[in-house]
Amino acid sequence: MTATDGTTTRTATAHERVEVTLTVNGTPRTAFVAPRRLLSDFLRHDLELTGTHVGCEHGVCGACTVLLDGAPIRSCLAFAISVDGRELTTIEGLAADDGTLHPVQQAFRDHHGLQCGFCTPGFVMSACGFLAENPDPDEDEIREGMAGNLCRCTGYAGILDAVKQAAGDISDRATHPCEQHRVDADVANGNDREG
Amino acid sequence: MKPSAFAYHAPHSLEAALDTLAELGEDGKVLAGGQSLVPLLNMRLAAPAALVDLARIDGLDAIEVTDRDVRVDARVTHERLRTHAAATEAIPLLRQALDWVAHPVIRNRGTALGSIAHADPAGELPAVLALLGGHVELASAQERRTATADDYLVGPLESDTRPGELATAVVFPRPAPNTGSAFDELARRHGDYALAGVGVTVTLDDDRKVRRADAAFIGVGATPIQVPLTDALAGQPGDALAPDDAIDLARSTIDPEDDIHATARYRRHLAGVLLGRALQTAAARAVAGGTA
Ligand SMILES: Cc1cc2nc3c(=O)[nH]c(=O)nc-3n(C[C@H](O)[C@H](O)[C@H](O)COP(=O)(O)OP(=O)(O)OC[C@H]3O[C@@H](n4cnc5c(N)ncnc54)[C@H](O)[C@@H]3O)c2cc1C
Ligand code: FES
Ligand code: FES
Repeated sequence: MTATDGTTTRTATAHERVEVTLTVNGTPRTAFVAPRRLLSDFLRHDLELTGTHVGCEHGVCGACTVLLDGAPIRSCLAFAISVDGRELTTIEGLAADDGTLHPVQQAFRDHHGLQCGFCTPGFVMSACGFLAENPDPDEDEIREGMAGNLCRCTGYAGILDAVKQAAGDISDRATHPCEQHRVDADVANGNDREG
Repeated sequence: MKPSAFAYHAPHSLEAALDTLAELGEDGKVLAGGQSLVPLLNMRLAAPAALVDLARIDGLDAIEVTDRDVRVDARVTHERLRTHAAATEAIPLLRQALDWVAHPVIRNRGTALGSIAHADPAGELPAVLALLGGHVELASAQERRTATADDYLVGPLESDTRPGELATAVVFPRPAPNTGSAFDELARRHGDYALAGVGVTVTLDDDRKVRRADAAFIGVGATPIQVPLTDALAGQPGDALAPDDAIDLARSTIDPEDDIHATARYRRHLAGVLLGRALQTAAARAVAGGTA
């Protein structure tokens, strides 16, 4: 049984592949996966959206952070089947089609908030979620807001400066940072493995 | 690593969940926010045959505040409780403790009751449950029962949740009038599990002298360690509390162990320092008025 309307019990046997559909960056995306499929692997392997990175796979590093219905979560700590039917924003959904960076991305670039870039998608998504909750943070709040993500390269100073700038940019434009997530972005170029 | 294969059940109602759990018996494991269970599955430290996901249950997500207590259903996340105005006004200790629980991103999915069911010895909410004298409500297809912190928190990562059972809610009693509270801890990074921590409540009498004081420590034993401090502090003025006797008492009561993060000696010292700070903060809050 694969009903997802919340009125029917949903079950799947251990090796059964069941249909899971998520709205990813504004586009409905479907794949058939076993219950043990992590959301991070659903994005990377099934939808071929490899912008979401996987570091520790136990919730500590934050590299896999995505927005679920606008709120940041660890995609390595959720099963795709558990969030079937919901909306996700990933790093691929931020920049405009013409390549114009989202204010948070631009700020990371301006302040050298990255070196190797491995941690960056997670930091950017955490920052987007954090600024949506707290558009005008002080420095302590920024530190606390970013404390759940690890970076082995930068020493963090550039990242904290970037979040500070992004907060300013976003409030200057008087736009809620969530509204700057491009829900209409065209990311439907991966192969849906239907059927 | 990846989790081993499991059958998946996402019941739509509490009754359906209890029926599924009864059928599965020992094979079934409850999945709430997944913030403790999924790491264990990914590392293959746990490999249950079936998961019963609470995500699609209609209901089981209320926070109820009454004159007596705050009742929190199984699906309520840390972050929802932490930012719930009525609940944290009734029991400020909830907010004071939840501020220390993990990172915001983890709090968005992890549930308050899940952290009690998970029973990590460094978890903040099990200590709050013990300190306030609260209880957990449990249900199975056959019966309903309640369990106090002492009965429910059995050991490290071990709660008395029986096969076929679901913890449906946790009830935190409101503190007595003229009570102040505080939670303090030390972790290497804010949001990590604490090396040691303590929650305290201090109740003053009409002359603003200590009538009652209690502490519950985390990270220094198998479960939250409760230390009644009334004998050490009774009669002291709330606005000039001298915590030395209470610190000595606590240091001689707790029995921490060495691990890779810190030595037992350091933990015992740290627990005393944190207790002193927390008691003074709580007493000052009690003087400043209101409850907790
Ligand atoms: C990086 C990181 C840092 C963290 N830091 C902290 C911290 O500082 N302090 C802290 O307290 N926690 C911390 N946590 C853990 C977090 O609080 C979890 O949310 C919590 O421990 C478990 O709640 P959950 O809803 O995610 O439960 P799950 O992970 O879904 O379940 C945990 C266990 O409880 C059982 N369970 C859950 N709900 C029920 C129920 N209703 N009935 C019966 N059994 C149930 C499950 O079967 C499982 O055994 C951290 C987690 C991570 C990943
Ligand atoms: S990969 Fe998810 S937190 Fe590290
Ligand atoms: S830029 Fe290399 S890990 Fe952060």
